[in-house]
Amino acid sequence: MSGIQLPEPDTGVLDRRDALVAGLQRVSPNVVTDPIGLEVFEADALTAYRNVPLAVVLPTSTEEVSRVLRFCHENDLNVLPRGAGTSLSGGALPMKDTVVVGISKMNQVLDINLDDRVARVQTGITNLGISNAVSELGFFYAPDPSSQLACTLAGNIAMNSGGAHCLKYGVTTNNILGMTVVMMDGEIVEFGGDFLDPHGYDFLGLMTGSEGQFGIVTEATVRILPKAEGERPMLMGFNSAEDAGGCVAAIIGAGIVPVALEYMDRPAIKICEDFAGAGYPLDVEALLIVEVEGSEEEIADLFGRIREIAKDFNPTEMREAQSAEEAAAIWRGRKSAFGAMGRISDYMCMDGVIPLSTLPKALSEVSRICQHYGLGVANIFHAGDGNLHPLIMFNANDPDEKDRAERCGGDILEACVELGGCLTGEHGVGIEKRDLMTTQYNRTDLEQQIRVKTVFDPDWRLNRGKVFPLDMQPGNGSPHA
Amino acid sequence: MAAPMLDGFMPGSEDELAAFIAHSAEAQTPVEVCGNGTKRAIGRPVQTAGKIGTGNLTGVTLYEPSELVIAARAGTPLSEVEALLDEHNQMLAFEPADMTPLTGKSDVAEPPTIGSVFATNTSGSRRVLRGAARDHLLGVRAVNGRGETIKWGGRVMKNVTGVDLARGLSGSWGTLAVMTEVTMKVLPKPEDTRTLMLFGLPDEAAIALCCAAMGTPYEVSAAIHIPASMAARLSNQELGGLGRAITALRLENFPESTQARAEKLEQQIGTFGEVYTIGNEPSLEFWRDVRELRFLTGSQFPLWRITTAPSRAVGMVNAIRAQLDCQAAYDWSGGLVWLELAPSRDADATDLRRIIADFEAHATLIRAPLAMRSAVEVFHPLPAANMTLSQKLKAAFDPAGILNPGRMYPEV
Ligand SMILES: Cc1cc2nc3c(=O)[nH]c(=O)nc-3n(C[C@H](O)[C@H](O)[C@@H](O)COP(=O)(O)OP(=O)(O)OC[C@H]3O[C@@H](n4cnc5c(N)ncnc54)[C@H](O)[C@@H]3O)c2cc1C
Ligand SMILES: Cc1cc2nc3c(=O)[nH]c(=O)nc-3n(C[C@H](O)[C@H](O)[C@H](O)COP(=O)(O)OP(=O)(O)OC[C@H]3O[C@@H](n4cnc5c(N)ncnc54)[C@H](O)[C@@H]3O)c2cc1C
Repeated sequence: MSGIQLPEPDTGVLDRRDALVAGLQRVSPNVVTDPIGLEVFEADALTAYRNVPLAVVLPTSTEEVSRVLRFCHENDLNVLPRGAGTSLSGGALPMKDTVVVGISKMNQVLDINLDDRVARVQTGITNLGISNAVSELGFFYAPDPSSQLACTLAGNIAMNSGGAHCLKYGVTTNNILGMTVVMMDGEIVEFGGDFLDPHGYDFLGLMTGSEGQFGIVTEATVRILPKAEGERPMLMGFNSAEDAGGCVAAIIGAGIVPVALEYMDRPAIKICEDFAGAGYPLDVEALLIVEVEGSEEEIADLFGRIREIAKDFNPTEMREAQSAEEAAAIWRGRKSAFGAMGRISDYMCMDGVIPLSTLPKALSEVSRICQHYGLGVANIFHAGDGNLHPLIMFNANDPDEKDRAERCGGDILEACVELGGCLTGEHGVGIEKRDLMTTQYNRTDLEQQIRVKTVFDPDWRLNRGKVFPLDMQPGNGSPHA
Repeated sequence: MAAPMLDGFMPGSEDELAAFIAHSAEAQTPVEVCGNGTKRAIGRPVQTAGKIGTGNLTGVTLYEPSELVIAARAGTPLSEVEALLDEHNQMLAFEPADMTPLTGKSDVAEPPTIGSVFATNTSGSRRVLRGAARDHLLGVRAVNGRGETIKWGGRVMKNVTGVDLARGLSGSWGTLAVMTEVTMKVLPKPEDTRTLMLFGLPDEAAIALCCAAMGTPYEVSAAIHIPASMAARLSNQELGGLGRAITALRLENFPESTQARAEKLEQQIGTFGEVYTIGNEPSLEFWRDVRELRFLTGSQFPLWRITTAPSRAVGMVNAIRAQLDCQAAYDWSGGLVWLELAPSRDADATDLRRIIADFEAHATLIRAPLAMRSAVEVFHPLPAANMTLSQKLKAAFDPAGILNPGRMYPEV
């Protein structure tokens, strides 16, 4: 297996497995015990790491989650909250002594209020499920991770997920008004509500992005927004990263904030085009997809402004989608990027963020690092916010290549930090970036974060072994404790 | 540049500040944390031996207009940040409200600081569309109650690296740490502003109108309802002189868009009454007044800031009105109520909180005499579990309890 160290499981707990499972069954009718059932929960989308958990519980109510956590608390059991398991950073990887508490059965819409523009839902609902529930009413839920068909709101809250439309509408933390949280000792707490700006400390903000380490979120009130009158993308090709990056800066500098602003480099364009036949130009170094919203007249006006701006950057191609079909074609290539990539190679999807002005430098650093490790790479990213997604290609069956890919990824993320950016824009730290945390934060910074984690989970039972360097984590089982 | 009103310690650098706090922690000497202290007359009074002002920690440290990001030391006047942004046609989209006229401190020599905007999570009318101050905070440097310098985040738009301390410090009123530098997301300034107004609507219809407008695709960026008595205080004599309630909806965008959107919005809300649309200049004047809360009296009448869901706001105000002598204006499409009460011994805190409990609302006492603010709960009381967590969070940042003790709640 690969290089990331995990806490040792508590053998005392493993030895008592049968008794503990029986105890769990007394507080919940929804305990998964059969070996095949348990295997489903052994990994998230960072599939290189796997552990069959001690037990899995799939509760159907907040009260049941509370009973399960109280039992785990009383029996000193470690708990992993889980949504759909699409985390790319190993955030939902269980340890062998862990009870997985999955909220995927709790997927009901509880209330929709259009006057207040909020929806109250159970957090096992998928991201897209929320938008679908209000779509007929002309509304949508704004944060839109590419995994939105599968990932749950709970996972989105825990990871503070983003998506293509975040430049304009913000990420998860900007769209959550209230939540119901079950603390590790079983206490049920409410933060916020269906109104703006709750009083007191910003617990909503602290919970969001806490990677399953603070409590289990079972219900949430989210902001829903009226859909725009229309939206349409335009596609632009450039001969260099400098030109494409300069064009992005100029668009924003001119006061235009597109709803989406996506960037693909030459290898990414080729891979996506081969797969989706979207009609992308193949002779360019960089491609931008710029989507704007509004009425037909507004879209025409904005396209006109963007064209004028782009002229200074020698675009080799500018194509405005004239119809729904053309719009779909432009997006088809971008949206199938991960699938297209998977067809030609195993790959690791990195998630660093850089200041936009360093884009050309960042891209050349990424290729230099990948060349150094002898690995191929394609770059796709949200250009408006500098969130890079280098896709590092490797052969998963070759342990050496796998190891090189991990080190290559680490170097890329360190480069992002050196350029003034950060380690993760949307996928979270999990186990993947845990040991890189010291490149972005010093020990004092991390100790302050650790003290806040301890406020919520004093015994460090929730999602152990993640986010913080192992040697800074208190609690049993850690090799450095 | 020593601010004369502050007789406390004005550190010239983050290191000096850290050393001072470390020393205070060791000596267990509580300190009051101030920006320029313009709002010391608001909130729970703090009794401390020492006082820290950030007024010498000034200056914009980074500005990249094309990346929509600006950073400034915490003591930088808000006005200075906004003036610089204005030169590049950009703005703080959350439109921090200006409380200066309210507190009677219109002295520009001591302007509100950018640090305090985030320490108090102060947002204005655009909050309803674009989010609160805390939603625009990208990174923060601060000194905690141990005298340690901590940082979180940075200058990039998206960041989920570790526990979100920036949100943790937002709205914490200087009780957890003293911010020394803040990095913010900014947005382009709209080229054009138009305001649709309806006059003389009863509260119920007005809030229904605001909610209907906010539900259209036209991106209404503010929706406010001001009763006639309060509208009389607006700078625009014509509007104030009408003697009628004003319900106002703001559209901001490129001129081509605002015009088209204004026409469509008018069609959709025409059933509520006759719609008057005002153009860019008068719109800017009207919303500047709103931002400065000009519709409130500058007097000592107790002032409450109440948040609830728009759909419950009018019922709540009616219930209050049935028992207390008050005037109310509704911002945020009804979600924010500014309530002025007739003078009383305790700002009617007990009665008010009892009445609004049925409406899941939260009330903060913004203005009242000192003695009253020491006697009543200024911030809305928390449920026991939330208070316990709050105390633990306070201890996680400030174990000796020296930073602004009691400013938010007696317990923290
Ligand atoms: C109960 C209450 C509600 C308020 N609500 C609003 C509102 O809705 N809209 C509005 O516009 N204004 C509001 N204010 C006023 C708000 O404080 C001012 O607008 C403001 O920004 C004052 O600037 P200042 O620099 O003079 O701050 P000060 O009066 O010096 O400080 C204000 C608060 O922020 C803290 N603080 C200041 N600087 C820092 C720092 N660097 N690090 C940590 N903490 C710091 C202080 O400890 C203090 O608690 C409110 C004030 C109170 C007391
Ligand atoms: C193809 C693909 C594309 C992706 N694209 C994006 C993207 O564009 N943007 C983006 O942000 N992410 C993206 N992701 C990453 C992932 O989908 C998100 O992180 C998502 O939010 C995870 O949700 P989940 O329900 O799968 O959570 P899980 O993977 O089950 O869990 C993720 C984390 O949430 C915690 N958690 C789960 N449930 C709870 C709960 N009830 N209470 C507290 N904590 C809980 C877990 O402990 C874990 O730390 C992508 C993933 C894939 C596979």
